[in-house]
Amino acid sequence: MNHIIELDNVNVYYGGFLAVEDVSLDIAPQTVTAFIGPSGCGKSTLLRTLNRMHELIPGARVSGEIRIDGENLYGPDVDPVSVRREVGMVFQRPNPFPTMSIRDNVLAGYKLNHSSQSKAEADEIVEKSLKSANLWKEVKDRLDKPGGGLSGGQQQRLCIARAIAIKPRVLLMDEPTSALDPISTQAIEDLVSQLKKDYTIVIVTHNMQQAARISDRTAFFNIAGAGEPGRLIEFDTTSTIFSNPKERNTEDYISGRFG
Amino acid sequence: MNAVPSPTTPRRRGDALFRGLSRGAGLSILIVLAAVALFLIVEAIPALIPGAVIDSAPNGFFAYVGPLVYGTLFAALIALVIATPLSIGIGLFISHYAPRRIAAILGYTIDLLAAIPSVVYGLWGIQVLAPAVQPTYQWLAENWGFIPLFAGPVSGTGRTILTVGIVLAIMVLPIMSALAREVFLQTPKLHEEAAFALGATQWEMIRIAVLPFARSGLLSAAMLGLGRALGETMAVAMVLSPAAAVTIHLLTSENPSTIASTIALDFPEASGLDVNALIAAGLVLFVITMIVNTLARGIVTRQREKMGEN
Repeated sequence: MNHIIELDNVNVYYGGFLAVEDVSLDIAPQTVTAFIGPSGCGKSTLLRTLNRMHELIPGARVSGEIRIDGENLYGPDVDPVSVRREVGMVFQRPNPFPTMSIRDNVLAGYKLNHSSQSKAEADEIVEKSLKSANLWKEVKDRLDKPGGGLSGGQQQRLCIARAIAIKPRVLLMDEPTSALDPISTQAIEDLVSQLKKDYTIVIVTHNMQQAARISDRTAFFNIAGAGEPGRLIEFDTTSTIFSNPKERNTEDYISGRFG
Repeated sequence: MNAVPSPTTPRRRGDALFRGLSRGAGLSILIVLAAVALFLIVEAIPALIPGAVIDSAPNGFFAYVGPLVYGTLFAALIALVIATPLSIGIGLFISHYAPRRIAAILGYTIDLLAAIPSVVYGLWGIQVLAPAVQPTYQWLAENWGFIPLFAGPVSGTGRTILTVGIVLAIMVLPIMSALAREVFLQTPKLHEEAAFALGATQWEMIRIAVLPFARSGLLSAAMLGLGRALGETMAVAMVLSPAAAVTIHLLTSENPSTIASTIALDFPEASGLDVNALIAAGLVLFVITMIVNTLARGIVTRQREKMGEN
């Protein structure tokens, strides 16, 4: 399982506006990579190019090359739908489908790929995914209740279960704990560290302590000013970024001098 | 409805005046409704008394109004069966498929449809639609006549209950598709993105995120359309050649009539207890529409609660 994400000279546009400029970086398999930086630096935008969610916005496009396991995500024959089945995503706010039960939420993505599955097969996926998301014990007796009835932290773990039920190669997380209380945040962080065994994880976070706690490598992004594109300033192991950054800019940010 | 008493703040004249005005406006709707209901009940009673001799209803009022109730519901149902899938399609096209420019143009066009008076729909129904669909009816009866709905003999004019249903469907289409578009546009981005991120295609996204979210809104759109179709008078009166029959045949000249169109057609000629019978029929229509609205409201609230929506 050697899943490497490679970005080569990636530029991201919203219409004519260049939002992220010339990013090149490699992400190692089974690691957690954190994208940090001040608001508007393009870290979420860049994350969304990794599963081609970015292009859902009218006028949005990407230049350069992004490869996963050597396959160009933006190749002419590549269907964005199949990319998204390989690259799962968890969002800033928990977004289980409100009309679906917990069980159906977990199976939502799986059902898209497998039109018919036996009940035993589905049960197994539900149990396995919920166990991997550390949610099984809390919900196993109410799988048929709506997912909206869970607490925010539980909903977010349900969304993680839903994302991993389709066995993606990569899991993207866009500030997954920013809408959660500290205890739920802790639960998600623990979960990320466990999921690392099976998935390559890229997480965008506003919380620098979080990046320091859970990531192996950290990419710091910054913008020169309003209207300027976001740039990758420094990308290194998390310990280097937080203890011995090469760039002055990085040091200023992580020591809280701006952002 | 909960006015918060605030005894400590000084009363301002403007506030008091405005409160009075808005309260009056709110009350007026209740007064009007009560007045209409009272009029209908008082005027209907003579026809409802057992043993009342009504010229137009020799077998009693209920034998008279029964086929009309049936015709009213049947025509409205046909309209709804045609208009519901169409309006969902139009709403989805505008909200999720069409380029923005085309969506805007289409939106205006649909609103224009709503501005056409029902007399015009009636004229169009007689002059254009009925002759145009007649050959199709003929074909349906010949090839699908074994289904009771399409049984012959086919009306030569095409002025059947199905034609009325089609006209009604076109008339309720604007309000229904405008509402459908509105609820589809309100689907939270969050849920749409959740579906896309799981590898849903556009249609799969609509199926798992947009339609479930829109269900209660679509239901109220359908009920609004039903309410409008139930009460529609002119177009039905003009297009339909009525026979007060209770039948499910869509294509014959033996068509059930509707309450509203019967009142419109018969009222100018009516006298004595016949007038009361027509008003009583109006009361029945009033009750039917109220029941439909209450049901719709109940279903919508239940749906909302089930979704745990706000």
